[in-house]
Amino acid sequence: MTGKAAFIYSDALLNYHFHPDHPFDQKRVILTKELVEAANQLHPNEIVEPRMATENELALFHDRAYIEALKKASKGHLSENEGLEFGLGTEDTPMFLGMHEASAYLVGGSLTAVDTVLEGDFYHAVNVGGGLHHGFNRRASGFCIYNDGAVAIKYIRKKYDLKVLYVDTDAHHGDGVQWAFYDDPNVCTFSIHETGRYLFPGTGNVNERGIKEGHGYAFNLPIDAFTENESFLQGYETAFKEIAAFFKPDVIITQNGADAHCFDPLTHLCATMDIYERIPALAHELAHQYCNGKWIALGGGGYDIWRVVPRAWAQVWNVMKTGKPAKGNIPVTWLKKWQEKSPVTLPAKWQDHSDIVPTIPRKADITEKNGKLLQNLLKYTNPIK
Amino acid sequence: MLVEEIMKTQIITLSPTASIAEALQLLQKHRIRHIPIVNETFNIVGIVSDRDVRDASPSIFYRDADKSELENDIQSIMSSPVVTIHPLDFVEEIARIFYDEEFAALPVVKENILVGMVTEKDMLDTLIQLTGTNVQGSHIEVKVPHQPGILPEVTSIIGGRKANIISVLVYPCTDDPRFKILVFRIQTMNPMPVIHDLRNAGFELMWPNNISEPKL
Ligand SMILES: [Zn+2]
Repeated sequence: MTGKAAFIYSDALLNYHFHPDHPFDQKRVILTKELVEAANQLHPNEIVEPRMATENELALFHDRAYIEALKKASKGHLSENEGLEFGLGTEDTPMFLGMHEASAYLVGGSLTAVDTVLEGDFYHAVNVGGGLHHGFNRRASGFCIYNDGAVAIKYIRKKYDLKVLYVDTDAHHGDGVQWAFYDDPNVCTFSIHETGRYLFPGTGNVNERGIKEGHGYAFNLPIDAFTENESFLQGYETAFKEIAAFFKPDVIITQNGADAHCFDPLTHLCATMDIYERIPALAHELAHQYCNGKWIALGGGGYDIWRVVPRAWAQVWNVMKTGKPAKGNIPVTWLKKWQEKSPVTLPAKWQDHSDIVPTIPRKADITEKNGKLLQNLLKYTNPIK
Repeated sequence: MLVEEIMKTQIITLSPTASIAEALQLLQKHRIRHIPIVNETFNIVGIVSDRDVRDASPSIFYRDADKSELENDIQSIMSSPVVTIHPLDFVEEIARIFYDEEFAALPVVKENILVGMVTEKDMLDTLIQLTGTNVQGSHIEVKVPHQPGILPEVTSIIGGRKANIISVLVYPCTDDPRFKILVFRIQTMNPMPVIHDLRNAGFELMWPNNISEPKL
């Protein structure tokens, strides 16, 4: 069977849970799944169950000592001091029982997505439970334990030997994945994010371009705080098209963090749902142009789990399945079920009204500055030009 | 921080009677930009830069150029006397020398013996370490009255949220001398609890956190 798109899901993806007050909340995954189901867009034959990544698979990117530490932490046997060496037990990544298995499932979900697409059953696949781009080879960081994107790319390189373009639209820099392939010319990384001057992790400057053989295969567009739709999309579209034309990937992996929205509490970007329609639409278009459709989408950040993330991720699926984002009303059944649990009023439409964006006094300056950055980035997409 | 903590101790040197050609080779081979010139007891007698050597080399555009210029002693083109620093100097102090004198490298001398080199690049690397931007973190700027006890007041708020401070910088507030700007980098992806606490305690935050709840 060859289908258009696979939705990677099982309840095992929901176990990645630090504690009730932590901003990273995997309830987003079930909210998204139920939203597309309520919209009659997800059928059981499109759901593919994730497996748990094996230790050998995790070790494609992660240090064995780190995996061992996580297995101990998972059972509550890792001391506070041992944990800190690996970035575990901090405010950002506290330890929790079962954390190794829960994290290995998110990675397994991304590996399942890879196999589903590269073995030809589906053109596209999405694992909204993944996209944990801050994880390092032997250190947890920024809510991320295992870096499913980095493991998945190592896996593709080893098993399929394809050229991978990784595109990260999370508001935070995709540092873990970037550093993992910083010297690798077969993996091109592109991250558009709020400038690291204020925002975690602080890296992702336009002049981070890769080293050694990989020089020229890392791209960063660190846009200014309070950037709005138009300027965000101008940067994303132009850069993604140029980079794809330059690199000619065999497969595209996108990390679809949904924290650039003006409602997101952790970042200063000021986008609306407009960008979350265009982001997957362009990835879809370019995957067909260069990769015979091979496109794997992952989730990522996103801290307004009620109003923003489910719609943003559902649009990734809608684009995968139908070629275009959904319009009009959000299904009433979904609203009815979740409104009583939500502390905020859920949006009734797929699109946002433009009046949700506050007036940004320095809009013109911000747009101009982002334009300059884009020019700077494009210098490296075609060195011969 | 002291110079001895940041200086390079593997140093490429030449004697005053070495040829310019040798200097040229060393600069290229080791990808360095300065060579200290030392006598047989390792006292520094001069320094040459890649620029000095280039200026003294025949242009590649003249095919019949007189290559014998390259055989001249390096001492004929070296700069002397040399401004040197000491291993126990403060990095902050030598930054001034780099800035005021526009040098790109400074030899480190102890009891008249050359013991190390510090380049502009080492200096900038140290600055990056001091600002903490080499470590993953969130950046918060707080405008505070210029008065005793204010720093512990602010840090205790940050500590109250168990946020780990990577670096602290204190700047003068350019438009109002009654205030200072405290710059913190804290090791967390979620600085919101700290930001809320600082606002609630009456502190004024700087861009982009100066608008309270800017996004709602
Ligand atoms: Zn993020």
